[in-house]
Amino acid sequence: MLKKIWHFYIDSFLHMGKYGKRLFLIILIKLFILFAILKVFFFQDFLNTKCKTDKQKSEYVINQLTKP
Amino acid sequence: MHDLSTLVDWSRAQFALTALYHWIFVPLTLGFSFIVAMMHTIYVKTGDEKWKETTKFWMKLFAVNFAIGVATGIILEFQFGTNWSNYSWFVGDIFGAPLAIEGILAFFLESTFVAVMLFGWGRVSKKFHVTASWLTAIGTNLSAIWILIANAWMQDPAGTKFNPETARNEMVSFANVVFSETAVNKFLHTIFQAYLLASFFVIAVAAWYIIKNRHILFAKRSILIATVFGLLASIMVAVTGDASAYNVAKKQPMKLAAMEGLYNGRTHAHLIAVGIVKNNDDAVGFKIPGLLSILATHDVNGFVPGINDLLNGNQKYNIPSIDERMVSGKLAINAFRDYKKAFNTGDTTSMALYKKTLMDNYKNFGYGFFKNKSEVVPPVKITFYSFHLMVALGFYFIAFLLWILYLQYKDKFTQNKLAVKLSFIGIFLAYLATELGWIVAEVGRQPWTIQDILPVSASTSDIAVGNVQITFFLFLIIFTALLIAELGIMFKIIKKGPNLKNEEA
Repeated sequence: MLKKIWHFYIDSFLHMGKYGKRLFLIILIKLFILFAILKVFFFQDFLNTKCKTDKQKSEYVINQLTKP
Repeated sequence: MHDLSTLVDWSRAQFALTALYHWIFVPLTLGFSFIVAMMHTIYVKTGDEKWKETTKFWMKLFAVNFAIGVATGIILEFQFGTNWSNYSWFVGDIFGAPLAIEGILAFFLESTFVAVMLFGWGRVSKKFHVTASWLTAIGTNLSAIWILIANAWMQDPAGTKFNPETARNEMVSFANVVFSETAVNKFLHTIFQAYLLASFFVIAVAAWYIIKNRHILFAKRSILIATVFGLLASIMVAVTGDASAYNVAKKQPMKLAAMEGLYNGRTHAHLIAVGIVKNNDDAVGFKIPGLLSILATHDVNGFVPGINDLLNGNQKYNIPSIDERMVSGKLAINAFRDYKKAFNTGDTTSMALYKKTLMDNYKNFGYGFFKNKSEVVPPVKITFYSFHLMVALGFYFIAFLLWILYLQYKDKFTQNKLAVKLSFIGIFLAYLATELGWIVAEVGRQPWTIQDILPVSASTSDIAVGNVQITFFLFLIIFTALLIAELGIMFKIIKKGPNLKNEEA
C-alpha cells in the first residue's frame, strides 16, 4: 500500500508537464528565500534576541508596556 | 529613541503589503476549489468527456494559483516575531492553538488530497478522485477558519483571561474563541466573498475566450457554473454583511461610526447610500431614513452612537467618555506595574490589591496608552469610502450576475458584447471589493491590534525603523519578481486554452 502511494507521488512528479516543473522551481526558490535568507538574516524573533527564558521575556514585555 | 509613529506606520505598511499579496491568491483558492469540485462531479455523474476537459483545464489553473499562494502567509508570522513582539507575547497562545490546527489540517487535507486531485486522472478510481477534489475544497476552507478565528479574536477578544504574572492572555474557553459572534460572521462573510471572487475569475477567463472567439462552448459551460455559484455567494455576502454590521455595532461602535461618517449619534439613524465625508461632522448625501438604526440595532428606534458620543460620552445611553476610559486604562497599567513589583518581593497582600484594580479596569487597559482622546478615532475618510464602495460593488455583483444568468437562460450571452466585456472586467472589481472589505475591517478598527486592550503603538518591537524599511522594500522586490514569474505561467496556460479535440476550436 505504502509502496503504491510512494510510486503514485514519484511517478506524478517525474511526469509533470513543463509548466508544473517551472512552477515547482519557483516554489522552491520562494521557500529558499523565505527560510534561508529572510528568516535567518532579516526576521529574527526579537524577544529571543533579548531574552533567554520565558520569565525574562515576560518581564521585558511588562517593562515595555508599563514604562511611563 | 526611535520615532514611534514612524516605526508603527512602517510596521503596519509592511504587514499590509504582505497581507495584500497573500490575499490575492487565498480567496481565489477557497472558492476555486469548490468550482472545480462541482465541475468534476458533473463529469463523474455524466461521463461526458467535455466536462472532463473542462474540469482538467480549471484544475490546472487552480493548481497554479494554489502553488503561487504557498508560503506567502508565512512571512506574516515572521513579522509577528520581529516587528510585533510585544503583541506576540501579550496575545499568548490564542494565536498558537488555531494556527497549529490550521497547520495540521492544511498539511494533511490539502497536501494529501490536492496531489490526488491533480495527479489522479486515470490512476485512481473516478469516485475516489472526485472525493479528493471535494476534500481539497473542504480542507482549504477548513484551514481558513482558524486564521480568521485568530483575526476575529483581535477584533473581539472573547474566551480568554489575562495573566499578569506572565503578561499573556490565556484561553479559558475554546468554544467562546471559536464560536464568538465576531468569529462566525467574519468566517462566513470572508469565505462567501472568496467564492464570489473565484466565480468572477472563471467568468473573466471564459469571457476572454468569447472575446477572442475561441472555445465558445467551453466558455459557456464554465460561465454557467460560475454564475450560479457566484450569484448564491453574492447573496450570502449581503446576508452575512448585514450580520457583520450588527456585530460591529455592538463590539466596535467606533468602527461603525467611521464606516458611516456619523459624528452625532441618533435614533432613527439614516444610512448614507451615496455621500461624502465632512471634517468632524456627519457625512452628507443620499440618505435612507432609519436604515442604519435597523442594521445596527435591529430596531428603527435604536440609538446609533456617533464619533462624538463615543469620544465625549453619552449619559443617556450609558456610554463612557474616552477620558474616563483613559483614566481607567492608566489605573490598570499602573496596577499591572505595581503587581509585578509586589510579585517580585513576595508581597501577597499588595499583589491581591493590585490584581483586583488591574482586572476591574482591564477592559480599558489599552486606553491607558493614549495621550489624547482623538487617538482612538480611525481614519474616517478611508473607512467611509472603502465601506460604501464595497457595498455598492456588492449590490452591483448581485444585479450583474442575475442579468448574465438571464442572458444565458435566453442563450443571448455570447452575442451581448457589453455583458461579455463587463464579465471580463468583473474580476478586477471583485478584487477591488475584496481588498476594500479588508481595509474596512483593519483600518476601521485602528488604533487597535486587540480591541480596547492593546493599541498598535504598544504592540511593536523596540527596533530601528530602518530595519523595517529595508525588509519592506526587500519583500516588495522579491515577491513582485516571483509574482510576475508565477502569473506568467498562469497567463500562458490561459492563452493555450483547454484541450478540446472533439469540440470547437
